[in-house]
Parts: sequence; C-alpha cells; structure tokens
Amino acid sequence: MPLEVNGKTYETDEEGYLANLNDWTPEVAEALAAADGETLTDNHWEVINFLREYYEEYQIAPAVRVLTKAIGKKLGKDKGNSKYLYELFPYGPAKQACKYAGLPKPTGCV
Amino acid sequence: MADFETPELFKHIHVPKIQPGSMESDGPFIAKPEHQDPLCFPGELVDDWETKAVEEMGNAVKKYRGLRVFLDSCVKCGACTDKCHYFLGSADPKNMPVARQDLFRSVYRRYHTPTGRFLGKLGLGWLVGAKEMSKEVLDDWWNYYHQCSECRRCSVYCPYGIDTAEITMAARDVMARVGRGMKYSNEIIGKVYKIGNNLGLPEPALADTLEGLEEDIEDDTGVKVELPLDREGVEILLVTPSADFFAEPHVDGLMGYAKVFHEAGVTWTLSSKASEAANFGLFIGNYENMRRIALRIREAAIDLGVKRIVFGECGHAWRVAYSFLNTLAGPFDFLDQRYPIPQHICEFTWDLIQKDKLKFDPSENDWMTLTFHDSCNVARASRMGDKPGGQFTIPRNIIKTVCNNYVDMAPETIGEGTFCCGGGGGLLTDDLMPVRVKGAMPRMTALNNVVQEEGVTHMAAICAICKSQFSKVLPYYNMGMDMIVSVHQLVSNALILTGQNSDEDEAESPAEAANE
Repeated sequence: MPLEVNGKTYETDEEGYLANLNDWTPEVAEALAAADGETLTDNHWEVINFLREYYEEYQIAPAVRVLTKAIGKKLGKDKGNSKYLYELFPYGPAKQACKYAGLPKPTGCV
Repeated sequence: MADFETPELFKHIHVPKIQPGSMESDGPFIAKPEHQDPLCFPGELVDDWETKAVEEMGNAVKKYRGLRVFLDSCVKCGACTDKCHYFLGSADPKNMPVARQDLFRSVYRRYHTPTGRFLGKLGLGWLVGAKEMSKEVLDDWWNYYHQCSECRRCSVYCPYGIDTAEITMAARDVMARVGRGMKYSNEIIGKVYKIGNNLGLPEPALADTLEGLEEDIEDDTGVKVELPLDREGVEILLVTPSADFFAEPHVDGLMGYAKVFHEAGVTWTLSSKASEAANFGLFIGNYENMRRIALRIREAAIDLGVKRIVFGECGHAWRVAYSFLNTLAGPFDFLDQRYPIPQHICEFTWDLIQKDKLKFDPSENDWMTLTFHDSCNVARASRMGDKPGGQFTIPRNIIKTVCNNYVDMAPETIGEGTFCCGGGGGLLTDDLMPVRVKGAMPRMTALNNVVQEEGVTHMAAICAICKSQFSKVLPYYNMGMDMIVSVHQLVSNALILTGQNSDEDEAESPAEAANE
C-alpha cells in the first residue's frame, strides 16, 4: 500500500513502514500517523527526533531503556518511563514510533 | 489490524464447539527473495513446486526416521484433540493436532506409502486418507502450520508419543525449500548472519546499551557492576536473547544476571558475534540453518577463550542448547568439564543460592504476589540441574528464595502440561495477532483464576518470547502489560550486593540534603 504525500508516492511494506529510509520527511511522518488515525504533537516529535538521531549514529532504534532515559533527561523524570511512551504511542514506542520516524520495524523476540 | 474477537475467559478452560474454517486466512507474510536468499532457499515458489515439495517430503522422511514413525503411527484415538491452545482458543477443527498433522500426513500417504501410491494412481487414494499435492493443500499448510507453536503439549497426551512439532517443522521446511518461506523468521535469521542477532543490533549500539545499564545499576546500588562485551580470557560466555538488550521486562533480567555474576566473583563476557541465544533455525525446521546459527556460539567461545557457556532466559534457545548443541556445534572439549555444558542461568544462580553465596532481602518483592509460567521448550524439551523435573523446581526455588509471596497456577496448566504463551515457534509477529491472542486463552484463564482467587499480581517467565507475547496479549484480556516479569528481575530486586547502598543510606540522603 503506497503512501501519497503532496502528490508524491512513497513505497511502504505490508505494515505501512517506509520501504526506503531516505524517503522520510516530516510531512511523510504526519501522513504515516494520519494513516493510523493519529495526529503528531510536539511530544511525539521529541521522541521521533531522538529516534532519528540515534538511528543516524547506530543504525538501529534505541532500546526501550535507552529511549526512556534520554526522554527523561530532556523532558523531566516524570516522562522518562515506558508508561509515558505508551500513552504517546499506544501500539508500543519501539514499533509505532519507529514507523513514524521512517525507521525499519524492530525484529526478533520483542 | 484485522478484526477478531478475543475469547471470553471462564472459570474453566472449555473445550469449544467446533467452528470449521474459523481460522482460515492467508497466513503470515511471505518472505521476499532478499529474506530467502541468505538462508539458501529459492526466492519464490519454484516451477513445478508440487513435484519438488513431494521430493523434499521424501528426503525428510528418509533423513528423519522419527518423522516417518510419527506419520505412520497415528491411530486417530483423539487424545490430542482438546490439548492444543490454538484449538481451545479458536475452535477451528483444523487446529486439533491430529487434523493439523493430517494436512501433511495425507500427502505423505499419497506419495510415500505403497498403498497410497497404488490407490492414488487409480484415483482411490481417499480410501487410505491419501491426497494429491495441490495449491489448496499448500495454502492450508501455510495457514495452519503457522497456527502451531511447536510447543509439544499434545505430544504429552499422545499414547504413541507422536511429536506434532516435528511435523510442523517438516512442513515449514518443505515449503521454504520450494520457495515459500516465512518473512518474520527468515528475515530474522538473515540478521543473525549479517549482524549477529535477531534484532539487528550492531556492536556499537550494543556497547552503548550495556554502558547505559552499568550506569543504571551504579545509580541504583552504588556498586559498579560490569556488563563486559567481547572481553577475552574470561571464565564465562553469556549467550542471551537480544531482546534482553532491548525490551522490557527482559532488560531487568539481564541486569539481574550481571549482578549475580558480579556477586559470585566470576569473570564473564557477552559476545558481539554470538549476541543472540535464539535459534530460529529450529522454528523453521531447517537443520542447516539451525547448525549455522549454533556454530557462532562455538566460534565466539573459542575466540574469546572462555571456559564455560551460560545461557540467559530464552526458552527455545535452551532447548537447542541443552538437547542439540553438542551434536550441532560440538565437541566442547575446550571448555571446563567440571561444569554443565552449557549451563542455564537459573542453574548458575540456584547453585550459588544452595551454597549460601548470595544475600537477599526478599521483602523488596513484597509488593508483588508471583506465579510462574513454565515455557514450553524448557518444560517439555529440556531439563535443568541433576534431577528429573529440575526445569520446574529450580526456577520456582529461585523465585521462592527471593520472593515471599508465591502461588502456582492450576496443576494441569503448568509443569509438563504447561500451556504455551501463544507466541512461540516463530509466531511472535504482528501479522499473526489473532492467532496469538486466541492461543493465549488457556494460559490467560489459569492466570486470571489465581489473580482473582489468590491475589496474584505478577507472572514470571524465563523466555524472551513468552515475555514479549504476554506484554502484548495481557491487555486483550483486561490485565496489565506489566504483569509479566523476568525471573532474574526478581533476583535483581532482592539481591544485596557487597557494598551496596542500604535503604537507610538512601533514606538519610534526602534528609541530609534538607539539612544543608
């Protein structure tokens, strides 16, 4: 199911993840979220931006604990926990946030 | 997400009235050529795949004599019919183990037994339950052999000891060999070859993650506990599922192993080459891939010059390690023969507990009441310690040492008769969510009963798949995703490290800060 944003078509996999990492733009992220019926707020963007920075450096999404710690440092301890992240990304921060950040879905026993 | 109904929980696990076709579907996502290629499978369904599938089936029954016995010996007594969690949760009669086996058995009869061949040619194969290989058969295999988690519960009750999992594995292997592979498992195996683990976690990311965990333990306890990576010349190589680096509650278990090693005073390391205990070669029933994955562990042990190999909390990895590692990747004559080869982290911890080498404050876990989920591959395909049933008693003994409140679930749902979590055997993928949720019903029933009647708040497990599966399916049954915990997370909570900040110290510091 290809994704259309501003007249441009982007290839996605069976679950709607971007097929090509380089296709990602903030508008694509908004469209990916809209396809799930979600609207991205500043809080979502904090997480998405961190995921992209981490991916840039390590070629993988951060572990849940790495993510909660980083968010806690940035936004305060009350937000540095998986409960907060699940409120933002109900389908799981690892999977849903990666999708909007244009990163591949984490695989394995997770 | 596909729409589906979550089964209702009752006091007892009912045998449902059958609903033919209720689980018919297209099955899981099919592997693309780039997922098939690293495993040496054809990229897509080959020409003349019907003939080739029949040939591959012939090779399988020649190579695995057990498989032929399992296919020949079923007398249709029906003892297995109500033992499968997927049947109990879905009511689809093709999920009765005997019926699921018969999808493969009928083709075997047609092409690989004398009567089937003779009658089949006359168009009378049906007289002996023989069936032609066809697209319809392939589609049924694809769908229903991915509604079996290879948990082997049905085999416990089979009077002939037929191992249904072997038939599922053989069917999946035949399909992969003719070009129909499963995306989830095969993509993951490709990552193990390319990067070293199921997640695709590269060495720098792993090093960064481990460093973060060291900081966390030090912040929490004041003790510097190391989580070394690729350290040569140490005593122990720890091989653990990569989910332990990534997910919750898995990572809390990993910190528990590190604290136990620290307190035991042994030297140890993780390996970036063998940064994965899981062996999905087992799930897809393919010996060559299972062996190739297992050999990484041998190579890492030799490269690092370790004397012992210890496995972390991973169910099927322990099956492969305990039952097959020596023939797959042995001999392990270079390891210290005085210790079990390989050893389970629970054996390691329990040994220290028995020698009184660890100090605990079980009241740290008093806010929870625990139960324990026996993971299928540990329960029915391996053992721990030196006594029969050690795989059941050792994890429970550890929990009872570190927790004051422990209750077992109903006896027919634990131990050898344990119900699978619903996500094992390569089914832990979002495209199989209806299968996973329905298949979890028996375990959820047993858990819900001890929650209601005994005040259980948490369930511990020693398998990465079980932990991930439960955190995903518990909410479907109106229970909290954080009810599932790692056994070594409980150990970690209660373990008192030498030189650790005591609670009094912690209580003092805010007061001191206030005085300043």
